[in-house]
Amino acid sequence: MEGSLNVVGYGLATLGPGIGLGILIGKALESMARQPEAEGMVRTNMFIGLGLVEALAILGFVLALIG
Amino acid sequence: MISAPVLAAVERGGEWELPSLNHLFVFPDMPGTENWGVFSLNRVSLMLLFSALALATFFFLATRKGAMVPGRLQSVGESYVEFIRKLATDVIGHDGLKFVPFLGTLFVFIFLNNMFKITPFIMLPPTGRLHIPAFLAILVWLVYVGVGIKYQGFVGYFKEVLFPPGVPWPLYILLTPIEILSNLIFRPVTLTFRLFANMVAGHILVVITLITIHVFFVVGPGLPISIFALIISPLVFAFELFVIGLQAYIFVMLTAVYISTSMHAHHEDEPVPVP
Repeated sequence: MEGSLNVVGYGLATLGPGIGLGILIGKALESMARQPEAEGMVRTNMFIGLGLVEALAILGFVLALIG
Repeated sequence: MISAPVLAAVERGGEWELPSLNHLFVFPDMPGTENWGVFSLNRVSLMLLFSALALATFFFLATRKGAMVPGRLQSVGESYVEFIRKLATDVIGHDGLKFVPFLGTLFVFIFLNNMFKITPFIMLPPTGRLHIPAFLAILVWLVYVGVGIKYQGFVGYFKEVLFPPGVPWPLYILLTPIEILSNLIFRPVTLTFRLFANMVAGHILVVITLITIHVFFVVGPGLPISIFALIISPLVFAFELFVIGLQAYIFVMLTAVYISTSMHAHHEDEPVPVP
């Protein structure tokens, strides 16, 4: 069997951040729907959390290219 | 039954094989400018220069006549500034108005350069070359570290970033390297690679869809594949348009969030202000 293990590694690395992002953004949407006045604050904090979770997926992509 | 490589070979009068994916990323210099050193032009540099000139011309023309009742061009410019202003004041607060020029330039520059990915005849986003998002991320890093130093003093800013208050002091040995990595290194790196990876992946997707239509357009075995690619190509373009807008918006939104967290010091005994 031929191919590159890098890409398989990247594919595995997208599982966790995918689930994490889904939970994060789902909860942010839910809270924005419950209280529309807090929309700005929730959105800002959602982006902060998004930056942290997405860092892992991006790290996977970069190391698949390089490693 | 004619197969696609045979047909292509007949077209080109000889041997032909499908070039590797690296061929998408080779950029020869423009003829006539090869020995200008660092100033030699290739497609990417020409696209950057064109986008810079086009944006400068558009905004100059839009703001030339500061009429009270705006004409069409001016109202487009005004609605765009309104959009950036709303973003800045929602995220940063009242001080955000100082950063509206920076955020506005960043957004429209990234958006226009991303749009080249789906423009006919130019299918290549300059933001898919690593140095351009890297440079923009370095600019953003300089801005948010500069804002932090200006608002909280040099020692105060680094003390707040590297030693977050309210933590018992033995934990600092563990926490400080993580904070250094997360605040000062990860932020520009992830900004760069998020934009770069989205643009490269979209570029490859669009180009391969279009090549599939052309290469498989032979009667017989390849025709259903070609027609399938033809049918999904508008969907691919629409998806790429969505990704283009979203990535530009996320870049600018994260810049605003980083500036906001640099600006507002977090005190342990005060209630956290709503950003």
